[in-house]
Amino acid sequence: MNATAEAGLIESTLLERNRNMDTNRETQMDTDRDDHQSRTSTPDSITAAAAWHVDPQQTVMDCRLNKIFYGDFLAVRDSLVPIEKNKITGFIGPSGCGKSTVLRSLNRMNDLIPVFRFEGTVTYHGQDIYDKSIDPVLVRRYIGMVFQQPNPFSMSIYDNVAFGLRLNRFKGDMNERVEKALRSAALWNEVKDKLKNSGLSLSGGQQQRLCIARAVATEPDVLLMDEPCSALDPIATRQVEELMLELKENYTVALVTHNMQQATRVADTTAFFSVDISEGGRTGYLVEMGDTQQIFADPREKLTREYIAGEFS
Amino acid sequence: MASNPFAHIVTQCSGPPSASDYAIDRALRMIVKGAAAVILLLVAYIIFELGRQALPAMLNFGPGFLIGTEWNVQDQVFGILPEIWGTLYSSLLALFLGGLFGVAIAIFLTQDFLDHRLSNVFRTIVEMLAAIPSVVYGLWGIYVLIPLIRPAAEWLHDSFGWLPLFGTDLAGPGMAPAALVLAVMILPTVAAISVDAFRRVPYKVKEAAYGMGTTRWEAILKVMLPTASSGILAALVLGFGRALGETMALAMLIGNSNQISLSLFAPANTLASLLASSFPEAGPVEVQALMFAALALLAITLIVNVVGLWVMKAATRKFEGKA
Repeated sequence: MNATAEAGLIESTLLERNRNMDTNRETQMDTDRDDHQSRTSTPDSITAAAAWHVDPQQTVMDCRLNKIFYGDFLAVRDSLVPIEKNKITGFIGPSGCGKSTVLRSLNRMNDLIPVFRFEGTVTYHGQDIYDKSIDPVLVRRYIGMVFQQPNPFSMSIYDNVAFGLRLNRFKGDMNERVEKALRSAALWNEVKDKLKNSGLSLSGGQQQRLCIARAVATEPDVLLMDEPCSALDPIATRQVEELMLELKENYTVALVTHNMQQATRVADTTAFFSVDISEGGRTGYLVEMGDTQQIFADPREKLTREYIAGEFS
Repeated sequence: MASNPFAHIVTQCSGPPSASDYAIDRALRMIVKGAAAVILLLVAYIIFELGRQALPAMLNFGPGFLIGTEWNVQDQVFGILPEIWGTLYSSLLALFLGGLFGVAIAIFLTQDFLDHRLSNVFRTIVEMLAAIPSVVYGLWGIYVLIPLIRPAAEWLHDSFGWLPLFGTDLAGPGMAPAALVLAVMILPTVAAISVDAFRRVPYKVKEAAYGMGTTRWEAILKVMLPTASSGILAALVLGFGRALGETMALAMLIGNSNQISLSLFAPANTLASLLASSFPEAGPVEVQALMFAALALLAITLIVNVVGLWVMKAATRKFEGKA
């Protein structure tokens, strides 16, 4: 399909979607699905995203984004990303496809960027976190984050892990919680004798696991992980993956990864994002979302199949 | 020139640096080494010359000079304890005030309270404070500041006169106006260097703090400030050094009175101001005593800088785990 035609198609679907914004989700999904069936070969985000049915009872977060702007730059458009409870949702896609941007929108991290603008809703336990009455600080207390680059604080290892606990005025046994967090981040054995040393004295991989310990110490309801293993060696990566699988017993994890093997190893659900350069910019959008098994074994979209086969990156 | 054991290897364009490359390299190295040596020599010469001229006084008055409280030209009795006290007291007060406001301004300018362009304008204005000549500060202190603080000083003395801090009345020049002006003078130094320290904190650290769900103040006080601490300490050390050596404004404002008092409103004296006001009419013996005083001032600044460096290193070690 040529670019202009595709752009026109996207635009019309968009308009329709905007009209549907207020109607209930099921109806909208069905409408979009009909669209999908009528133009089966369209690699269109909305239809594909909507084709992924999730029991509303099971979604802890529901991201329905219209547009994300950085200033005038349209970074991501039209993506419906439900995050299911006690599951790991993986975000994959080529560089610049907006998967990190979408992830960071889930706890309003992007609000730190003055020119960032979010159009749409992200509901968390039924509440839109982009509602004017919601303080982003509050959101981040419940939805924790691990970043791509290790970013420990300039303080001791112990204080790094205890940071969130102190912030939340945790009253219980601090030492026990710190140890538990460090153990689950597979770091305890390496640092138990030097908890007073600065977190910055650790190696890169250790620093990342320290950041993971810091994030899980408060046991946040949802943990967002933005390529958490890109600075880790294979052994540490495996340990962190085990931690994710452990975490999902009680919590919910959303994971951005560049590593498709990692997605297949840990993600229950996978969302594939891609970049649309047809309108002159580089706009990311959700191509397809579904069971990880299905995404990798039998993708609905041609684009997903190509990406998974390694035809582009 | 270095020999090239790889000369036989035939490549497209790889080859050894030319003779002139090596010559330029050597020349540059010599220039920078020379510049460093000149600075060291200059410092050594200043200390030597000061010491030489102060030597008669050192032999004459001995360590008693440092704890003597009298400066009497008639009787040739010289002691600089009040000046040492005044120097440290005024500088510490100025450091406290200037440090507090300087760091606060740095936080205000770097932690997203202002639009970026506006904060640059603001920063330039603060730095312009450093361009005002010291004598102008002195005049401003005499004609503006002293009348301005007099009512407050009187009220404080009347109400809290039992506190040594407010033990005397503000007669005119004194510790309080001197310390206030000194604080304004070191403010740009402290603010500018603290701004740089905050700007050096990587964005990912800020992200980490907000990602944990900190409010802005929690992020600033618990994360940004410790992370920037070594730079902020450097700012404070430089500011303190500047306060110790400041001469003209203090000579005009502090009252040049040889006494040791905790009172903020009492006149006092500092080493630098003593030197500035006594040299023009000093006889040979007094000049020797003044050289001794200058040496003492130099020693104090040196000690402050060494201690400051040590504290900075300790902070870096504590917060960043580096040696």
